[in-house]
Amino acid sequence: MSMYLEMIRVRFLMMLAYRTNYYSGILIYSINIGAYYFLWSAIYGGKEEIQGLSVAQMTTYVAVAWMARAFYYNNIDREIAAEIKDGKVAIEMIRPYSYLGMKTMQALGEGIFRLLFFSVPGMIIVALTFPVSFDASLTTWMFFFVSLIFSFIVNTHINLLTGMMTFFLFNNTGLIRAKRVVIDLFSGLLLPISFYPDWAQGLMSYLPFQAISYVPSMIFTEGFVGQEIYNALLLQAFWVFILLIPIRLTWILAKKHLIVQGG
Amino acid sequence: MNVIEVQNLRKEFNSYSSRPGLAGAFRDLFTRNYKVHAAVDNISLTVKQGEMVGYIGENGAGKSTTIKMLTGILTPTSGSIIVNGMNPHKQREEFVRTIGVVFGQRSQLWWDIAVQESFRLLKKVYRVSDEDYNHHMGHVIETLEIGPLLNKPVRKLSLGQRMRCELAAALIHNPPLLFLDEPTIGLDVLVKLKIRKFLKEINEQYKTTILLTTHDLTDIEALCERVVLLDEGKIIYDGKLNQLQAHAVEGKQIEFEFLSEIPRTSLPGSDNIQWEQKDATTWLGYINGDEQMVSQLISDVVQRNPIKNVRINEVSTEEIVRKIYEEGLALT
Repeated sequence: MSMYLEMIRVRFLMMLAYRTNYYSGILIYSINIGAYYFLWSAIYGGKEEIQGLSVAQMTTYVAVAWMARAFYYNNIDREIAAEIKDGKVAIEMIRPYSYLGMKTMQALGEGIFRLLFFSVPGMIIVALTFPVSFDASLTTWMFFFVSLIFSFIVNTHINLLTGMMTFFLFNNTGLIRAKRVVIDLFSGLLLPISFYPDWAQGLMSYLPFQAISYVPSMIFTEGFVGQEIYNALLLQAFWVFILLIPIRLTWILAKKHLIVQGG
Repeated sequence: MNVIEVQNLRKEFNSYSSRPGLAGAFRDLFTRNYKVHAAVDNISLTVKQGEMVGYIGENGAGKSTTIKMLTGILTPTSGSIIVNGMNPHKQREEFVRTIGVVFGQRSQLWWDIAVQESFRLLKKVYRVSDEDYNHHMGHVIETLEIGPLLNKPVRKLSLGQRMRCELAAALIHNPPLLFLDEPTIGLDVLVKLKIRKFLKEINEQYKTTILLTTHDLTDIEALCERVVLLDEGKIIYDGKLNQLQAHAVEGKQIEFEFLSEIPRTSLPGSDNIQWEQKDATTWLGYINGDEQMVSQLISDVVQRNPIKNVRINEVSTEEIVRKIYEEGLALT
């Protein structure tokens, strides 16, 4: 266990090694939130609410969705792809730990770093600039954090899968990019799922993506109430477990497939 | 006790060749020409505890593939491997705790963080106690002279500095078996000497078994008593280094330096001697025979001509290996 904690610490150090990335990240997230805030105020115009969400809820939704993204988003898919391509996976195989477990811990280290040094200061800036309400009750905060952890796991699962596809495709930059767009779109980050046409909503309910962003944001903005919260959390938990199956299978296949390239 | 036991080990790779031209490229879309190529071809090998074995061969002879199978990275196509009493592939996590590996061409340290942070992480990974770490690594750090480098990020180290750190990193858990895949590639003489001295030391102190691949045969001369010579996936020689020297190249080279210019005609001629002029006053004689013939030749030459210097040259391992690869080896 202590080696996994150590890995999180190492990841913190790595994030700190590149300070410019860190500062520009805060700026980019604030600009994004601002842009979506103005976009949504224009769309709402004089309307009280759309699809059951008020303007205030919508603003909060956008802010929370982006700040949650800072936590669940990570680049381990690209890292895994790079490590497979230049043969570094081979070196990971001579270490007495599980490669995927270690990658997940690195992602968690990155997530916690961004949550503390990225989301929190970012949220303070946003709360001062835009009319965002953070007066959710203690239970809502609690549900939100549980949901956030699930969304991290689901997103990391998907990243592991995308990264491992490099074993079979050798070059999957395109796939990784496509995956990022799909997640931003289908997870409810850009547009709440309830805004999509019914057929699209039906389709998306069979996909794991809404467990990433839509659920925590809806819980925080109290778009979900009562039983709905539990159902949403159960759905997330369901995906957390279901996605383990393809990950295990891909990993077993990948290990068989392992040809160390070069050298 | 045998640390490494390998029986009839074989590793095949499927490689495909592209057909020429545009039409060929389209055909390749549907079917490809696959060729099975054995990178390692039925080798058997045992290594005892405390041995330092040099594993040499040309590029593509299968050295790295063997090492990758011995460390559990690649699965063999057929054959059995027992290393440290375990099957490297089946018992991976348990097995890798008992080995240390350095790949000269790949870094295993974390690029962006200070060396000591990498060490700290590895210490946790291998569950090394503070006491063992301080005792053992204190010595390693001192011998390799990497103390001042510990707080620098790996990307800022020079190649020689990095390689010494890599070696230290591979030894954090003080493994009884060490695999070194081209550990001195691209290093200057001083760093090489430092690394060799260090390897000798840990071999004596801890009875660490070391398997070393390299293209620099002076490494092998300095460290290994035993060499395994690999060619196209097969072992063509396995034995003492000095026997390889004695057997592989018959005869000796004698360098005569004369006081004045000497024509070929004033040198003794025979079927067993070949002459080669190095410069105006120096001739090289290649003798195909034993010590007695050497003495005979020297006395013949010295009697006839005024001489400045005579030197009997040992044939270097490099020369031997070059000869083996060019002419093939006829060892009994």
